[in-house]
Formats: sequence, structure tokens, C-alpha cells
Amino acid sequence: MPTAPRSGRYSVFAIAREALRQHQGWNRAWANPQPRDRYQVVIVGAGGHGLATAYYLGKNFGITDVAVIEKGWLGGGNTGRNTTIIRSNYLQDPSAAIYDKALKLYENLSQELNYNVMFSPRGVIMLAQTEHEVRGYKRTVYANNLQGVSTEWIDPQRVKELVPIINLDGPRYPVLGGLLQARGGTARHDAVAWGYARACSDMGMHIIQNCEVTGVETEGGQVRAVNTSKGRIGCEKLAMVVAGHSSQLAEMAGFRLPIESVALQALVSEPIKPCMDVVVMANTVHGYLSQSDKGEMVIGGGTDGFNNYTQRGSWHHVEETVRALVETFPMISRLKMLRQWGGIVDMTGDRSPILSTTPVGNVFVNCGWGTGGFKAIPGSGWAMAELVANGQPGALAADFGLNRFREGRFIDESVAAGVAH
Amino acid sequence: MLALTCPCCGITAEETEFHPGGEAHLKRVGPEGADDEFEAYLFARKNPKGAHIERWRHSYGCGKWFHVARDTATLRVFGAYTTQSYGPPEDIVNAIRQSYPDWTFDRNAAE
Ligand SMILES: Cc1cc2nc3c(=O)[nH]c(=O)nc-3n(C[C@H](O)[C@H](O)[C@H](O)COP(=O)(O)OP(=O)(O)OC[C@H]3O[C@@H](n4cnc5c(N)ncnc54)[C@H](O)[C@@H]3O)c2cc1C
Ligand SMILES: [Zn+2]
Repeated sequence: MPTAPRSGRYSVFAIAREALRQHQGWNRAWANPQPRDRYQVVIVGAGGHGLATAYYLGKNFGITDVAVIEKGWLGGGNTGRNTTIIRSNYLQDPSAAIYDKALKLYENLSQELNYNVMFSPRGVIMLAQTEHEVRGYKRTVYANNLQGVSTEWIDPQRVKELVPIINLDGPRYPVLGGLLQARGGTARHDAVAWGYARACSDMGMHIIQNCEVTGVETEGGQVRAVNTSKGRIGCEKLAMVVAGHSSQLAEMAGFRLPIESVALQALVSEPIKPCMDVVVMANTVHGYLSQSDKGEMVIGGGTDGFNNYTQRGSWHHVEETVRALVETFPMISRLKMLRQWGGIVDMTGDRSPILSTTPVGNVFVNCGWGTGGFKAIPGSGWAMAELVANGQPGALAADFGLNRFREGRFIDESVAAGVAH
Repeated sequence: MLALTCPCCGITAEETEFHPGGEAHLKRVGPEGADDEFEAYLFARKNPKGAHIERWRHSYGCGKWFHVARDTATLRVFGAYTTQSYGPPEDIVNAIRQSYPDWTFDRNAAE
């Protein structure tokens, strides 16, 4: 990577310099090139996972003849629609490894990318509101201790100290304790996509927006090219990183995936004064809550139960989520909600992602992150770059192959992941 | 919110009165099935962006399972029919073809 990015290095000196010349000297953060007719690697999907894959291909393997092709605008999929919760306290060893790799990379990502991703390790508490959850989360604590992932079980009084606005006792959802990961937190979702995009562009990679992939061309079981709304683009290797649209891309290449696409939605309130400086997740009631730097209460809920590509959620899920959260956080009952939106998430049967080779030679998939892949972006990109560069998975991706469904080696995260992440 | 009409009891109600049950007409595989067949039955899904044939249960009504043809790209419901069938009836197929002229359904692969 060049030491001085083409987009210009961001620093306090740059701000001072630009302040003296009416901010005329800022360059575009990334270039807007026309596609060439061929690249070594084509990545479909400029969400966080696609862009991070490109970045680590360049950084860790020196592969920069890369195009990232995006049908809309970069970061406009789930990466720009999520509630930005970051944590790594999953149950199974392969999950702990990849999510904790991601968390460690997040801790230094702003410096690494010279781009402020606003990573805020404010702590994440997962509330236990039933006896079943108490047992489940204690089990997660023990597992995490063995995995070297720091996390702890806290009692209701400690929950109350950390979250003064919480109501511990409720007839339906009493707070019986919580699973706290102090290193967890949030980051600015757009900035993660933008930071990786800028770094990729600086390495000479092409990010091609408003370009939809409509077909995959193969020859003798090997990928040759993709057809797009901007013409045919040849490639040696193809990485499909399109979240909710993974089944479509797979169909273009002639195989099926164990994925179902459903809508997951979120909403934010009007901004209020600082009242909560940790992230709280309540999986029994499918609700999670944090306060953004602007002061909005960010609320996420459960998924719809049926296949859906409309990026709209069902009204009754909003009602369900908010109704339950109001009992646990009575003060939010008077808040007006500003916006509500949905994203199409890619669900697998075991609630774990897929990083895998496919039935087509030199085609690789990264999908199935479902409701919880924002937190994984750096680790996933790291592992996916290794898979694409070497043609086979490294240690981080090894257990997440497609063959696990055939062989019954599930990485069951339905307890640790719940519905919410 | 979806509004569905149960073909078993004839009642039209909002989505909350029903429970979604995923892709319909999956071919069941018994103990003698090969790994490929099991994988396809248990996990591989069409997950189309477009016409989807799926199962629903009228859980807060008559309690019966039935089938719905629905457009996952628009949420439009093409129609509903009972489970005593290997695929959607003619009128529903025609309704789907108004939106997706090339749409076909393989009754031999269905159950
Ligand atoms: C409401 C909501 C809340 C969430 N909350 C959290 C959370 O708190 N914490 C967490 O860790 N995760 C959360 N998630 C999940 C997280 O957002 C996703 O797992 C993650 O962003 C997936 O990133 P991605 O890069 O794989 O997909 P995306 O960001 O969706 O990127 C895929 C891209 O592929 C493009 N694409 C699709 N088809 C084509 C095509 N044919 N040609 C070209 N481009 C194509 C799309 O336009 C899109 O930009 C949430 C998701 C939602 C929807
Ligand atoms: Zn009925």
C-alpha cells in the first residue's frame, strides 16, 4: 500500500490545512472507474464483507487486480441498515475464533484504514429474562473462558448499575442477570464500508457501483466471467458476497444454497440526551437497544417468518418489539420514532455463516451471516481473502464450508445468536 | 402486513393469525435416501426472488396447514390451495404467469 493514499491522508494537519483554504483540497475517497474487460478476482457485492475481502486480498496476499461489483451503492445493503452491534461471545469454537478475530481487527481498524470507523467498545449486555436463558448464558461464559474470549456473567444489581434506565422486575420479563462482554460495542456502519472502499481504491482496485451481475459464465465447470448491466467482465476467480441475494447468484452459477432470505427490521427514535452508554440485547423478547452518538435510541427487532426480498418489515414485529422493550425500559414509552427500515438477511439452518468453495471451480461464497454479520466484517474479509487467494480455506474458515450441511457438522449458534445479534 | 385467505375454512385474516412454514412440496426422503437427497430435502432451498410456493398454518383459526403462492419481490399473494395436491392449480399458475411468463412448476419433483 502506498504510504500516502491517493485520496490524501486524513489527519489533524490535513484538517488544519483545509480549514485555511475553504476545504477545497479534499479528494474523492474512492475512484469511480469504468470496468475493464477482465480482472484476476471479481467480488460481487460491495457490502462490508465484499469490501473487506478485497482489502485483505490486497493487504495479505498482494492481489490487487480486483473488481468489487455492486448493483446499488456501496454499503447500501445490510451493511448500511444494521444496528451495528459488535461482540464475539458466541458458543462454538469456530464462531468464537472468527468473531473474535473480527473484534480484534475492529479495535485497531480506524488506525489501520486511516478512517474513523467510530468503534466504540462500550460493552454489550445480553439480558437473561428466563431461567432457560440464565443457563444458556452461563454455559456461554464457561465456553468463552475456555476459548480465551473475555466475557462475564453479571447479576441483576450489576445490570442496574450499568443500565440505570432499566426496570429489573416485571411480571413478564424480570431481569435475572446478564452476559456482559465489556470489549463489545458499536461502530459506524457506513464508515466501515467507506473506510475499506477508500483503502481498496487506493490499492488500485476497482469498485464499480450501479452495476448488477445478471449471469455467471462457466466453461468445463470453471468460472470464466460474469455478465453485468455494464457488460461482460472476465475473471479467474469469483467471490459471491451478496447476503440476502446469495440464492440468486448461486442459481446463476447453477447450484443451490441452504439459505432463506427474510426481512429484518430496525427503527430509531428522535434524539434524546445521553441515557444509556452500553448496548442491551433482550433475546427473549427479540429486542435490542443502544443509543447512537446523535442521541437516537436505536432499536432492532426480530425477523419475519416468511421469505421476503422487499426490504420492508411487518408492522406487527415493530409492535411486538417495542411493546416488550417498553416494559423493560419504561422511559422509552414517550419517545417518537423517526424512521423504520428493513434489510434482507440470509439465514442458514444452524445460524452460522458459510465461507466455502462451491460446485463450480474458482467460485467462492461468503454468506449466511443472517442477522449478525456486521460484527464479523473484518474477520470474515480476512478469512475469505485467504480462501479466495489459496483456493482452499484457512483455519478460520475451515469449519464454515457448505459440506457441513451434508455431513451434519452444524455450528449451532441458535442459542448464542438467538434471533437478534 | 399480509392478508391471507385460508382455503380450508374460507376465512380471510391478517398474517398474525397464521404461521409461516417455509417452502412447500419438498420431496421427503426416508432412511434409504442418499446424502445428496437428504441435503436437498433438509437444507437446499429455492429461495426465489419472485413466485414462491410455501406452506402456512391457520394456527389461530381452523388449525389446518395449506399452501400459498406468493411473490417474494412484491408481497403479492397469487392464491392459496389445500395440501391435497402436488402443486398449484391452474388458476394460480396462470396468475403467476401474468407476472412471470416463464414460470414453471415441476410436479414430479414435488410431494
Ligand atoms: C435491521 C438489521 C439489523 C442488523 N443488526 C446487526 C447488528 O446489530 N450486528 C451485527 O453484527 N449484524 C447486524 N445485522 C446483520 C448485518 O447487517 C449483515 O450480516 C451484514 O451487514 C452483511 O454484510 P454483507 O456485506 O454480507 O451484505 P450487504 O451489506 O447486504 O452487501 C451485499 C451487497 O451485494 C449487492 N448485490 C446483491 N445482488 C447483487 C448483484 N446481482 N449484483 C451486484 N451486487 C449485488 C447488494 O446491493 C449489497 O450491497 C443486521 C441486519 C439488519 C438488516
Ligand atoms: Zn382456516
